Amino acid sequence: MAHLLAFIGRKTISFVKYVGGVILLLGRICKGLPRLFGDRRLLVEQMSLMGVNSLPLVLLTSVFTGAVSSVQAAYQFKNLVPMRYLGTAVGKAVVIELGPVLTALVVAGRVGASIAAELGTMKVTEQVDALETMAIDPVPFLVTPRFLAGLIMLPVLTILADFVAILGGYLVALLFLQVSSHTFLSGLKMFFHLGDVMAGLLKAFVFGGIIGIIGCYQGFQTRGGAKGVGQSTTRAVVISSVLILICDYLLASVLF
Amino acid sequence: MKENHERMIRIVDLHKRFEDHQVLNGIDLEVGRCETLVIIGRSGCGKSVLVKHINGLLKPDRGHIYVDDEDITRLQGKQLFRARRKFGMLFQGAALLDSMTVGENVGLGLRHHTQLSEKEIRNRVGEKLAQVGLSGLESKYPAELSGGMKKRVGLARAMALDPQCIILDEPTTGLDPIMADVINELILKLQKDLCITSIAVTHDMISATKIADRIAMLYDGRIIFDGTPEEIHRTEDPVIQQFINGSAVGPVKPV
Repeated sequence: MAHLLAFIGRKTISFVKYVGGVILLLGRICKGLPRLFGDRRLLVEQMSLMGVNSLPLVLLTSVFTGAVSSVQAAYQFKNLVPMRYLGTAVGKAVVIELGPVLTALVVAGRVGASIAAELGTMKVTEQVDALETMAIDPVPFLVTPRFLAGLIMLPVLTILADFVAILGGYLVALLFLQVSSHTFLSGLKMFFHLGDVMAGLLKAFVFGGIIGIIGCYQGFQTRGGAKGVGQSTTRAVVISSVLILICDYLLASVLF
Repeated sequence: MKENHERMIRIVDLHKRFEDHQVLNGIDLEVGRCETLVIIGRSGCGKSVLVKHINGLLKPDRGHIYVDDEDITRLQGKQLFRARRKFGMLFQGAALLDSMTVGENVGLGLRHHTQLSEKEIRNRVGEKLAQVGLSGLESKYPAELSGGMKKRVGLARAMALDPQCIILDEPTTGLDPIMADVINELILKLQKDLCITSIAVTHDMISATKIADRIAMLYDGRIIFDGTPEEIHRTEDPVIQQFINGSAVGPVKPV
């Protein structure tokens, strides 16, 4: 019993420490913001790494997401709902939920992991200490560009993902489900609200922030060589993915 | 501290513990301006931990470090960064930023802290690299360099902002004897020409004897000797004798 209580206590303390650490890091990022405007090169570099380089994977995921949502919706509609609502179903599902969430999960796996691995390696090889000794604050130098790149690039990737996913759904409907182009497109337009797209992009904005900050925090927490870097990388992906799903639910309940 | 040196750094009763290991157990030490202090001791005895306290990379559990009469252990944020500008540091593994070229590494501090033009920065970087015998390597990446070359780039980077004091963590380890002597000569020259205070951590007794004004030996979390190279060679303390003669037999067990 005592062991159990001690275990719960330890876990609670480490959870509170983690949350506190992330919040403090966010505070330091905000303080470092003005500096970044002096050196935009760092931000542009991270935006390219996070956004442009993730594009092929995100688009590949999206096209199949759209395709499968078209197939699944058609299957569920059979004999129940007219096919002219297929476009509506695919459009809504992609824009509100699938586009932002799947893009975020893919980027968390690709970029979140690489941020944690890169900063973790820098930490264990004393490169972060070296910056400190040169009186260069590692937060504006390393964390702020990555965090901002997440905030900016995830919505951008999501817009493209939304477009490609709907295109995927459209092509499948056209080629394999015997739904005409006109039927699909009129369904898509019928209940299309710009507000839905905006809500999806707001989600993407939050998810981008989560990926950036958790990757960086986990990188800075790295201890003890290659094994530590491996652990940090895994934890960055797991924690940011879980947070993305939790925040997705919370945002959905607030926004819709 | 030698009598003709004005005091720059004063370490008072410094304690540091990592989990259940008491690494520093009451260190008192002074370093004079333009002086070269060499801290010797066995691997893992806490020499690096001690010097990382001097520029505030680590915070002590107890004790103070006064740099020009300002307690660096109490400083935070901007004040700490300002105080750190007095120091340059060469890390044991050089700690070059591996996403940047040699030139960018050496010029990083200049770009960040000065208003110099790109051309002036390039000149200054070239000059510092020439001092460590690595002219023309500006566009190489750290991964393309040997261990010894990385260390020399690290030294060039430590000197780039013309600090008042440089902290050298194992400056000659991993270098061939000739290059080790080049680094020793460079440290001596820095002291003589520019009046730079140096604090070097090493277990290379040849280097220590050559560059040191004073040698301090760290053992069991305490300074057990503080004196000139001549004095350390004359001492009869069996622990110190065993260390400077590099013997496996003696009071210190080679664990």
